[in-house]
Amino acid sequence: MYKKAIISSIVSLLLIAGLLSFKIPDAPNAGLKLPTGFTANMIADNIGFARHLAVAPNGLIYVKLLKTKNGKGIIELKQNADGIAEVINRFGDYGGTGIYIKDGYLYASSNEDIFRYKLDAKNEVISPDQPEVIVKGLLNRREHDSKSIVLDNAGNIYVNIGAYSNSCQEEDRQPGSMGRAGCPILDSAGGIWQFRADKPDQGYANGIRYATGLRNVVGLDWNQQLDQLFVMMHGRDQLHDLFPALYTTQQNALLPAECLYALKKGDDCGWPYIYYDQLLHKKILAPEYGGDGKKEGGKNAKDPDVAFPGHLAPNGLLFYTGTMFPEKYRNGAFIAFHGSWNRAPEPQAGYFVVFQPYKNGKPDGKWEVFADGFSGSAQKTASGRADHRPCGLAQGPDGALYVSDDTKGAIYKITYNK
Amino acid sequence: MKSTIIFLSMLAFISVSVFAQTVHKPVTKPATVSPVVNGKKIYLQYCLSCHQADGGGVQNMNPPLIGTQYVLGDKARLIKIVLKGFNDAVEINGQTYTNAMPAFNYLKDKDIADVLSYIRSHFGNKASAVKPAEVSLIRGPIVKTPNKKKYTVRSKNT
Repeated sequence: MYKKAIISSIVSLLLIAGLLSFKIPDAPNAGLKLPTGFTANMIADNIGFARHLAVAPNGLIYVKLLKTKNGKGIIELKQNADGIAEVINRFGDYGGTGIYIKDGYLYASSNEDIFRYKLDAKNEVISPDQPEVIVKGLLNRREHDSKSIVLDNAGNIYVNIGAYSNSCQEEDRQPGSMGRAGCPILDSAGGIWQFRADKPDQGYANGIRYATGLRNVVGLDWNQQLDQLFVMMHGRDQLHDLFPALYTTQQNALLPAECLYALKKGDDCGWPYIYYDQLLHKKILAPEYGGDGKKEGGKNAKDPDVAFPGHLAPNGLLFYTGTMFPEKYRNGAFIAFHGSWNRAPEPQAGYFVVFQPYKNGKPDGKWEVFADGFSGSAQKTASGRADHRPCGLAQGPDGALYVSDDTKGAIYKITYNK
Repeated sequence: MKSTIIFLSMLAFISVSVFAQTVHKPVTKPATVSPVVNGKKIYLQYCLSCHQADGGGVQNMNPPLIGTQYVLGDKARLIKIVLKGFNDAVEINGQTYTNAMPAFNYLKDKDIADVLSYIRSHFGNKASAVKPAEVSLIRGPIVKTPNKKKYTVRSKNT
């Protein structure tokens, strides 16, 4: 009886804690939980479905919207002294995800094309209505349509062309449907393509399939320390729905890994034939191609640098090069996890920004949650009904970290105070 | 002191159980497998992972089943979506969704009718039930093509 009383008391305490957690909107740091010494401010809100963002050397912020708002798909924000960013310009008559600033140009992508805009000395776009078309006609069959972009230091631009399929089944997402032999999707999608950054009107014929076997990449970055492309792949969905005899709903929630790859030209990351199991630390043959959840595969497929739990949806990747944050963050990776949907009926997870330390170009220790609380509450995380979902990451000239939210359209600025 | 703790704890227990009851509304129906019970079972097994427990779908990916004419409107169109799958670029309540829905033509007419009745009367939806005969009628013109393990619909007004 006494034991029962103790349990009941704990239940009561949990209930009270649950009620208190509804107070979060008034909390400091815009509701985010951060390591000691860091501060977050919501500098803009309700600007639209804010996908990726880029910060110019003078602090101007360009945000790419998934869908146009009042006919415009790029928002330019100016940061005022009071810590609020004000919309000073809207342009670009297309929705999309990718946006990047390099060598005096702003690059932005729709779900088919890549454009660029020359910037003036104040980092303002000179001709907002007349961008140069750099790449056109990239495949968009709706599923995995984001054309995320990044540039290297040699005049090349890299673009993700996501596979228009979950696992290259004969019938996409049909239970038991087997994989298409020699997955034909990979000739024009399911990889990263490289183009020249300064040549207009390029198409597939002008590009190089730089890396393949990548189901869908939304977060990618050029690692300046290593002078190398890094990408975060979204792992395949629905292991249990499609092959219930081989995977439980619990396994489905955790598998496969969301992988961080350090790419070199010609790499193959193995989709759709294999997936990476972060619990077994192995490349596992996909059930669509004869796998049983244990059989290994993909002898020639690349191993990830880091393997994160399944379905967290990595939409932003940033290797931190600033000096504002403490030394341990230098050259390490921030990853914005948009949050899962494909863990149902198990609880959803993610909706946070994590940090993966790197040392001498290799992962150094385990990743940690850096910024949490975007969803609004533990219950909203579990249900997937998050208030905010982190998507894009960018670094400011002073080393501040910017995070975009593509649900309500908030922009967060995270700073460190010594 | 001890009795006070026990009393408070029991109070907490009662409030927890009341809370639980209001949240997880138990479906109180006769012992036979009613359309509602079966509809919910089918929903949990085949629909929930994409359309989610609350029927709200997933932003940009899987459309919601709440308050949309695709669910509440023309039953024939709704039945066809389940039988044939759906992968068209359409706006649903002003938003677009990218994921393909596979065909569920392997489900029985009763299962399809029950799950459609379920979604039309849950998540805040209030629309009439779908009867197995209505599914049969739509499925009627669907034939199995001999070469592929795939169902197609004979060209008819869509």
